[in-house]
Amino acid sequence: MPRYLSLVQIDEATVPAEGPSPELMQRMGELIEEITKAGVMLDTAGLTPTAQGTRVHWQDGNISVTDGPFTESKEVVGGYAIMQCKDKAEALEWTKRFLKVHEEHWTVTCEVREIAEG
Amino acid sequence: MTQQPTSDTATEQTVETVFRLESPRIIAAVTRTVRDIGIAEELAQDALVAALEQWPRDGVPDNPGAWLMATAKHRAIDLIRRRETYARKLAEIGRTLETTAPPVEPSAPDDIDDDLLRLVFTACHPVLSAEARIALTLRLLGGLTTPEIARAFLVPEATIAQRIVRAKRTLATKNVAFEVPYGPQREARLGSVLEVIYLIFNEGYAATAGDDWLRPALCEDALRLARVLSGLMPKEPEVHALTALLELQASRSAARTGPSGEPVLLKDQNRSRWNRMLIARGFTALARAEAAGATTTTSGPGPYALQATIAACHAHAHSYDATDWPRIAALYTALAARSPSPVVELNRAVAVSMSDGPAPALRIIDALATEPSLRDYHLLPSVRADLLQRLGRTKEARTEFLRAAELTQNERERHLLRMRAKECAP
Repeated sequence: MPRYLSLVQIDEATVPAEGPSPELMQRMGELIEEITKAGVMLDTAGLTPTAQGTRVHWQDGNISVTDGPFTESKEVVGGYAIMQCKDKAEALEWTKRFLKVHEEHWTVTCEVREIAEG
Repeated sequence: MTQQPTSDTATEQTVETVFRLESPRIIAAVTRTVRDIGIAEELAQDALVAALEQWPRDGVPDNPGAWLMATAKHRAIDLIRRRETYARKLAEIGRTLETTAPPVEPSAPDDIDDDLLRLVFTACHPVLSAEARIALTLRLLGGLTTPEIARAFLVPEATIAQRIVRAKRTLATKNVAFEVPYGPQREARLGSVLEVIYLIFNEGYAATAGDDWLRPALCEDALRLARVLSGLMPKEPEVHALTALLELQASRSAARTGPSGEPVLLKDQNRSRWNRMLIARGFTALARAEAAGATTTTSGPGPYALQATIAACHAHAHSYDATDWPRIAALYTALAARSPSPVVELNRAVAVSMSDGPAPALRIIDALATEPSLRDYHLLPSVRADLLQRLGRTKEARTEFLRAAELTQNERERHLLRMRAKECAP
């Protein structure tokens, strides 16, 4: 049964200033519990805003360090989930359910990638 | 507001995926209404057919799982209302039937959990043979199809199909109540559930990557069942312990086979290939088992807790030689006292050989020589051969390696054992 990493990418401009609504947090909590109880969710977490993040870049043999926020990126990783599913279709079904708990003003993309084994 | 289907095939794929995800809960909820697993499964299938007809036409509903659940429940109520013969039959076998159909409401999560747990205990009921319990559990709770189960267990599809039909009939004729047992029965009944999951895992664990991939995949099916059960029974130490044991065993799976698919023994495994996430999950589950055990049991850790603790000892060790062998030997001694078995003795011998040397271990092994249940078990001569080799008795070791090679069912393992026999060549 393959494991999938879902990289939750958000447009930070669509995130309300006061953060996610309590209703969203409750719906998400219930869904995560459901995915966990289905024996599917192995690990999940949200990340603090990119304003507190740093990119360390390697190019032409040099390191460069850039502090966030990363305004040039439309969508940035805001969280992740690692799920063990029978197949990709199952991972995508849970991902759709995860997206649907968000209000309509959110813009979110989940990039679902299989974790290479061995 | 529904998603517009991109294509009929995409929608069909969605229907099938959603159905596979939801079917255990649907079957569980419907069984509570119709009191018969076989009928509940048919009604769930009816809901699937309805979805395959309607979703490509009308789009996928916003909450596809709830749609399937409601459809199956409606069919259940229709069935009870319409089929008087069915009602009579139910009355004949002494079950009470609600004359007014219950309204279909969204079930509270707790209700769904209770129904699922009832389904688990019913599918694993001791009135059924272990084989029947395994097939029924994989089918109803593991979401495997009959052909998948047949392939995983290397038996003809018709055999599994018949096994499942007979199991459902047995549950119906023996009037097995759809309930979670309480009181003195509970522990034995839970033992039966845990054993089913454990057997499924071992079936997969015994098959290496060289076999059909569906066989090793049984490990993950079992692990998922264990994780689900941990969520349904958070107060049961042995449930968490079984989950811990399977997480820790599964953490080693990438290291268990070499480049050409040959089995790699624990002592030769590249430990950097052990999956750290599964190890961490195993430790967490074991901690939960210990916490739950501290409040519920007085008799000390149960057999799964002891086995999980042994697996945790291996996971903590950065190398085979650095393993806490004296502790593992002591844990096997405790396990042998709690649930003695020749296989436990065999493992205890291995641990003793590492902590106290091959001579005392050989004494344990030789006491097993006449054990009928191990007569065809290749690991007995294989371990004995290893001890003899370490004691410098290479001639005897060679004979034992060759005997083990004859007994193993696994081609790659046979090759490995013959190689070991060659090392002992005079």
